[in-house]
Amino acid sequence: MDEKKIRRLVSAVDKGRVSRRSFIQKMMAVGIGAPAASQILMHYGVAAAQTPYKYTPTKRGGGGPVKLLYWQGPTLLNPHFATGSKDQDGSRIFYEPLASWDEDGNLTPVLAAQIPSREDNTIAADGTSVTWKLKKGVTWHDGKPFTADDVVFTWEYSKDPATAAVTSGSYKDVTVTKVDDFTVKVTFKAPTPFWADAFCGYAGMIIPKHQFAEFIGGKSRDAPANLKPVGTGPYKFVDFKPGDLLKAEINTNYHITNQPYFDTVEIKGGGDAVSAARAVLQTGEYDFGWNLQVEDEILVKMEQGGKAKVRIIKGGNIEHIGVNRTDPNVEVDGEKSSLKTTHPTLSDPAVRAALNLLVDRTSVEKFIYGRTGVATAAFVNAPDKFKSSKTFEFSVDKANKILDDAGWKKGADGIREKGGKKLKYVFQTSINAPRQKTQAIIKQACQKAGIDLELKSVVASVFFSSDLANPDTYPKFYTDLEMFTTTMGQPDPGVFMRQFLTNERATKENKWQGRNYTRFSSKEYDETWEKANTELDAAKRAALLIKCNDIVIDEVAVIPVVYRPSVEALASSIKGQISGWDAQTAFVNGWFREG
Amino acid sequence: MWNYLARRLVIAIPSLLGISLILFTVLAMAPGDPFSELATNPNVPPEVQAALRAKFGLDDPVLTRYWSWITAMLHGDWGFSFVSRVDVDQLILQRLPTTLFIAGSALLLALAIALPVGVIAASRPYSWFDRIANTFAFVGFSLPTFFTGLVLILVFSVWLGWLPFVFKSDLPYTGVQWYWEMAKQSIMPIAVLALFQAASTTRFVRSAVLDVIRLDYVTTARAKGIGSTAVLLRHVVRTALIPVVTLVALQMPGVFGGAIVTEQIFRVPGIGSLLISSILANDTPVVMAVTFVLSCLVVLSNLIADILYGWLDPRISFS
Repeated sequence: MDEKKIRRLVSAVDKGRVSRRSFIQKMMAVGIGAPAASQILMHYGVAAAQTPYKYTPTKRGGGGPVKLLYWQGPTLLNPHFATGSKDQDGSRIFYEPLASWDEDGNLTPVLAAQIPSREDNTIAADGTSVTWKLKKGVTWHDGKPFTADDVVFTWEYSKDPATAAVTSGSYKDVTVTKVDDFTVKVTFKAPTPFWADAFCGYAGMIIPKHQFAEFIGGKSRDAPANLKPVGTGPYKFVDFKPGDLLKAEINTNYHITNQPYFDTVEIKGGGDAVSAARAVLQTGEYDFGWNLQVEDEILVKMEQGGKAKVRIIKGGNIEHIGVNRTDPNVEVDGEKSSLKTTHPTLSDPAVRAALNLLVDRTSVEKFIYGRTGVATAAFVNAPDKFKSSKTFEFSVDKANKILDDAGWKKGADGIREKGGKKLKYVFQTSINAPRQKTQAIIKQACQKAGIDLELKSVVASVFFSSDLANPDTYPKFYTDLEMFTTTMGQPDPGVFMRQFLTNERATKENKWQGRNYTRFSSKEYDETWEKANTELDAAKRAALLIKCNDIVIDEVAVIPVVYRPSVEALASSIKGQISGWDAQTAFVNGWFREG
Repeated sequence: MWNYLARRLVIAIPSLLGISLILFTVLAMAPGDPFSELATNPNVPPEVQAALRAKFGLDDPVLTRYWSWITAMLHGDWGFSFVSRVDVDQLILQRLPTTLFIAGSALLLALAIALPVGVIAASRPYSWFDRIANTFAFVGFSLPTFFTGLVLILVFSVWLGWLPFVFKSDLPYTGVQWYWEMAKQSIMPIAVLALFQAASTTRFVRSAVLDVIRLDYVTTARAKGIGSTAVLLRHVVRTALIPVVTLVALQMPGVFGGAIVTEQIFRVPGIGSLLISSILANDTPVVMAVTFVLSCLVVLSNLIADILYGWLDPRISFS
């Protein structure tokens, strides 16, 4: 990072576009320590840390109701069974993790007294364990005290395969032991740089031992608390009708002084995204609208009333095109796109490079997604510290030149060919208006470069299913190209980047459950990822993970199109943080109304 | 009569079994599975999904699954929702009162409009009233409910701001205020449904009355000097309404099933919206229970309609 770049960053912090914390992390990634980075900011007169969501109410309660509208309402309230963000958000009103991820992807303590750190040795120097100190004086909604036993129990509950908890991935490979009543130790099998998985964020919500102890394993579905949660959160359970209504009232024993502000919380479910946007932005019937997958043009119009504002929230969603490395047209042992084949034309780097130049991301952003899809060259776009500096370009001329140079000649039909192989591809995606429009933009550009795309669209419920019998699912990838959005669930790309590892390739043998659906394979990539997986130095690890991203982009294993932040609406009068890295209700304890 | 009833009930059993088998196979063959959202999440290991599939018996052959479903159903166990992880009957019972209220009121309102309008239109065919009623009836059943629903929302909620368009199943009020708020939030969904049903029922009533009003016995009654209102009510309408009663009986399953589109637009938490969200989430046990209960109701209503027919019209015998 040169001087100019640092200056630019400093001015970005000054204008509030980059947070202080992410600036410091960026500096750390290039070897400038936190104190020095702070000094740089001070030198340029950037005001010291100011959180934009400072909680000002001076007493608990008195805020009346806050009404949230979900066009898909929560259907269950046990966070360890949550099948989607709707369930996580519903559970998070009642349950809390040890620490939550804020909007910049940093940990903030909730049930933990503080975030573990290397300085006070709560993170082991060899990276094999982390020790959490718990907040004292916290009680469950039924009055029982919260202790280390509950934390250990949550681990036992979730890791038991018979419980069939969807969070078990965060718990099955760690060991949790109680040190004393308010200290727990999480031990890893190997040095683990990303230690903040178990007990953090939406997978980390702690459940009370005294409510669930009898319902571990096979009996998990009989627990009364599955439908009547007893947590430590800011609001207590009142009523629940799956998919329709969730009501909660203030927890007057909440462990943070003067919080929460609202007296009741109501989540209403059902309907569609457009009318949900209308009920928040236009009529103001509701205070919060969840996941408003609505064309930006419509949102802008509705926003003009001033009743509520659209919040564009950074998270881990990337709309991208996968490039098949295997041949989808040849069947080997009852399987197309088999590892025993290679793609006849897409295996040529020149063809892939040309395709990368033919995706007009700027137009896709401008004419289709607006604020809800930002053109990008990178596969990992957030948190800032993991973002690569790669840039993208749209140029039909350059693509033509690359293909000419590589010997792909246009035939009589205008389609390029070499040695009898034509550049003709089937390009599939799920049925969804913006995706079909994007397909059309790409097809047009490819036509000018002599590449013929046949567009195919598959019903979303088939495309995203894991149905083994269906040839049109995205993991099978029985076409040449396919486009969809994949999500990085945590503010750390470690797990997310597994999807390009050689041993993760999806095959018939592993029932297409391998995450690597493009069947990309590179020794360099595997090695870089392995190194990142054990590198304990945060800055070096970030650099390695950025390198992983860059290998994938240089090799054109995937072509990123737009980075898709999540879109929510919040009443203009409500101040509060919404994080894209945690449940949307993770900071609901600090929401308040002003004016 | 009892003989007939017994025979019909016995015939109903194989047809219900057939319906359930077809429903179950179609659902089992339908693409997608309830845990697909987990498949796209890189943080959930594939073993979890496999464990869930095993736990809910999704990997068993279709016939095995059907057998365990049908035997459970016969024991009164309606199944267990994959998505909500609660018993299906609990889910349905939560939704039923709202559906009965909205769809029932809509049916009553539709009849309250259709009967007088249809009868008056038929008694003065091709008059101005008849023409206007006809026009409205055509407009009414040509416009789909999702369109009229959106127009009503636009006018009364967005422009005028009079009515809420999000239906709340528990209003935080008591006494008179509760009734007032309930009326305010129910009026649009009920009106949308009622207008649609009233339109077609009006046409039906009109043609039924028109068929009867020209018969000789009506002319005889008039010749006897009976007043025209009395002829219409006592002699014409009574006969003409026999097919209408059948029609209404056949509409009864709809009252329990709710209205999928209208419930979705106004966020009415009824059976219809439960069905659509369960279909979208691939929650097979719920879809199966709702559709099977509806098909039972259709078979039952058919039977009731046939029996009512015989009771209303002595010319029909059950032998």
